[in-house]
Amino acid sequence: MKAYFAIFGTVALLSLVPFVTTSNVVLNFLVMTLLIALAGQGWNLLGGYGGQYSFGHAAFFGTGAYATAILQVRCDLNAWLGLVVGIAAGMLVGAAIGGMTFRSGLKGSYFSLVTLAFAEVLRIVASVAPITGAGVGTLIKLDLRPEAFQFQSRAPFYWIALAFVGLSLIVVRTIEESRFGAYLVAIRENEDAAQALGVNTFALKLAAMTISAAMTAAAGCFYAQYFLFIDAPIAYGSWISIDALLAPIVGGVGTLFGPLIGALVIKTLGEATKLLTGGAPGLDLVIYGVVLIAVVGLAPRGVAGWLRRAPQSERSRG
Amino acid sequence: MLSPVILIPAVLNGLMTGAIYALVALGLTLIYGVLHIINFAHGALLSAAMFAAFFAHAQLGLDPYLAAVFLTPLFFLFGYGLQRFLIGPAAHGEDRNFLLVTLGLAIVIENALLYAFRADTRTINLPYAFSTIEVGSAFLAVPRVIAFVAVVAVTAVLWAIMQWTDTGKAIRAVAKEKLGAELSGIDVAHIYAVTFGLGTACVAVAACLLIPTYYVNPTAGDAFVLIAFTIVVLGGMGSITGALTGGLFVGLVESLSSVFLGQSLGQIGIFVMFIVVLLLRPNGLFGERA
Amino acid sequence: MARRSSTISRRRFLRTTALGTTAAAGLLHAPAVLRAQAPTVKIGVLHPVSGALSYSGQQGRLGATMAIDEINTSGGIKALGGAKIDPMLGDAQSTPDGGNAEVEKMNAAPVCAVVGGYASAICLSATQTAARYDLPYVVDVGVVDSIVTRGLKNTFRFGPGFGVIAKTALENLVAINDQAGKPAKTVVIVHEDSAFGAGLAKLLNAQLPDKGFQVLDTIPHPTPTREFESIVLKIKAANPDLVIPANYYNEYVLLARTMLQQHVRPRAIYSVLGGAASSYKFVKEFPEAAQYIMDCNHWFNPKNPKALALKKQVEDKGQFYTYEVYMNYSVVLLLADAIERAASTDRAKIIDAIASSTFSGHVMPYGPTKFANGQNQGAAPVNTQVQGNDIQVILPETFASAKPVFPMPA
Repeated sequence: MKAYFAIFGTVALLSLVPFVTTSNVVLNFLVMTLLIALAGQGWNLLGGYGGQYSFGHAAFFGTGAYATAILQVRCDLNAWLGLVVGIAAGMLVGAAIGGMTFRSGLKGSYFSLVTLAFAEVLRIVASVAPITGAGVGTLIKLDLRPEAFQFQSRAPFYWIALAFVGLSLIVVRTIEESRFGAYLVAIRENEDAAQALGVNTFALKLAAMTISAAMTAAAGCFYAQYFLFIDAPIAYGSWISIDALLAPIVGGVGTLFGPLIGALVIKTLGEATKLLTGGAPGLDLVIYGVVLIAVVGLAPRGVAGWLRRAPQSERSRG
Repeated sequence: MLSPVILIPAVLNGLMTGAIYALVALGLTLIYGVLHIINFAHGALLSAAMFAAFFAHAQLGLDPYLAAVFLTPLFFLFGYGLQRFLIGPAAHGEDRNFLLVTLGLAIVIENALLYAFRADTRTINLPYAFSTIEVGSAFLAVPRVIAFVAVVAVTAVLWAIMQWTDTGKAIRAVAKEKLGAELSGIDVAHIYAVTFGLGTACVAVAACLLIPTYYVNPTAGDAFVLIAFTIVVLGGMGSITGALTGGLFVGLVESLSSVFLGQSLGQIGIFVMFIVVLLLRPNGLFGERA
Repeated sequence: MARRSSTISRRRFLRTTALGTTAAAGLLHAPAVLRAQAPTVKIGVLHPVSGALSYSGQQGRLGATMAIDEINTSGGIKALGGAKIDPMLGDAQSTPDGGNAEVEKMNAAPVCAVVGGYASAICLSATQTAARYDLPYVVDVGVVDSIVTRGLKNTFRFGPGFGVIAKTALENLVAINDQAGKPAKTVVIVHEDSAFGAGLAKLLNAQLPDKGFQVLDTIPHPTPTREFESIVLKIKAANPDLVIPANYYNEYVLLARTMLQQHVRPRAIYSVLGGAASSYKFVKEFPEAAQYIMDCNHWFNPKNPKALALKKQVEDKGQFYTYEVYMNYSVVLLLADAIERAASTDRAKIIDAIASSTFSGHVMPYGPTKFANGQNQGAAPVNTQVQGNDIQVILPETFASAKPVFPMPA
């Protein structure tokens, strides 16, 4: 129960931000952070809880983004419906990739690299296929009306993104406390043993992959709506595959709030280093990388893990 | 398109390109085979080595093939140090932390190069860079032929090290059974570092072989890493001969599919092949457990 | 959204949260009201100075800052009492979300206008963000047509778009070919597979046949491409009269070198927006591979003494005089002129001033500026050719400094 209070409390607190600052710089920063947190939570379900590290979550992100963008531009589909279709498309791709890879029994690093390959294939196809606009990309028409899922102010985007992050937290918490979650952890800890005990590891991993894909695809749809322009390197590029795994690992892999904390940490770090170094190209990222290594060195179980070391900290059940 | 005038040069080109890929993959597969980590910093290390080779020529007037003689041990030491004193300690033995640390390292190296040397691409112009050897209808660029020979030689040397030297045997022992190796008195941290050093040394040689025909900038190495991953998996993680044959094979596939499908779509050929092979043989072509 | 809390209580709250670090930092660029006012005009200068496009970004920033220095040393914006231009340099990090975040910061600073962007993807996103705040944005290079066809009142483009570039390239090709007695009939196009290369290839494929050319093959390639042997093999197999490359610097260099190596010598290499074809760096580093290559690209006006003076200044700094430099230089001068005429830092007035400008103090061969729907009507590329170890303008004749050598001598 405590965890649900924590979720609601966090979401409630964060929802106050637009009342406290009108700075679009801050809101923009937070929207990106929430998008990464959402995509990362998807990764976290499959990787943190299920133990299957994907290097290709861009496959779902990009599918969600392109689905909603293409349908809006070519079929005049309503943007909200586009979100639904985008998530569904992401789930389909997730089920397809999961189905193929888990059926073959791919595990560990091989699984990771195969997901990377899938994301790359999608990126290359998207960069030459006419339907995505190929190299030119897809531009969603600027139409600042709520019905078109675009807003004059940044705040509504922020709240919607926050709502989805909150939803993802509830979903993951529910899974954490359920038998499904317990089985996933069992698979993570020792898949062979779990299988020997009669657990249907294939079905469970597939389910985890599909839900994971849904979350990351939602993040992709948001990205498309927020920036109104995507092309192959944006949609299916390695940047999002990396961010989606960086956030949970830094924040605490396999923990509920890990992705959110991690996203906040890495994005804040990115901004802080930019400020510190002024205009010198590359220097800010050098510092970023050094701090990243230091964070891993000092908090090998992620920030959440480090927080949990403190005696009075919350312990999550299950 | 099927005429031998096109096919033979395409095949030969593919093999020569594949040789370079193989060398990059060699470093990666060694590191994976022993440390069981995917080294995300490999591309950045390649870029750094290419800069080193570039400056060896630009500042010291050294021919890259000569520069390789002293750059290789230099980068071996660099890699050794990185693993022994940075990556190993920071990762606390957790796989996912290795991932993050090498990722962080990649960011640091690449951007340090950007900060120090700016983003302009540099190239060197060697007198023999445009010389070609004619084989039938094919014009084989001399530097690429040299690269091919060098890669085979390096692979042979590495294989010999693994088979016949004590260090090589220790490396193979740690790769096979870490706990047992430790119990028999092998200093695992040292072996890990030696392996990482060897992997980095491979990259240094690859850089020297590439620089006559390629260019260098802070992100130049990245272009080779994805394909190196592909080769490592196909050839079997940790297999030296696998890296060589896998590299040559991938180079061939890339060249032929570029000719028939075009360069852009041809890249898909490699990844699709990779996916198909793994789906059919989930432990790689040569069956090492992940 | 109306401000509810007072500045002080907001600061106290924010200081206690992680958000505070970034928000406070944003507030550090506080509006001029909170600082002792020295008369300055803040403008945003956005370029991808890190990441994949960093070389072009850095060159663009160089051109922009040189223009700003020049304006400031010659008295600043006189209509505003000699106010100096205070640039806010932003790094778009070669991604649209990077560019977007920078524009938000620039808007909060606040700047009265933004220049730059360079890459089409960055420009598309950044101009849109700027449009929310009616912040004037002048694009330096980004060529996709959609930058100026979205009906955004705040967005202006100084340089030419795709449509004009392809059209000019084609017309000039026909002119050069006709002049030499039509030696070229067959064409192979080699292009990089993103926005600019793919878009250009499409246009060329549609229009070349009408002008009497036959396209034997269209060869796309990704950026980066590790080796061009296969592509050159295909060119060799097709044996065209003309090779038309459209790609970025690195790939162009590899292509040209490989063609030389493989003894592939078409009658001419006519590139459109070729990455290296009109680059002093390329000519200096690979003189043999560069000889007689023609390009239809952004280029300065060789008859303009200011352009030549700038060239000398840039080369004295040890940099190459690339198009990013002089286009950004011109864009900043254009903006400064608009601010002068508006005699204000009010964004709406600046937008109007740019829209109505007839500025000729730039260094491009465009004539005085004339904006319609945000596009500078006079903007067009010119044709250059590498002759000896220099790059000459060969068309249009009004700006030409040499005659075309076509076809290439054997």
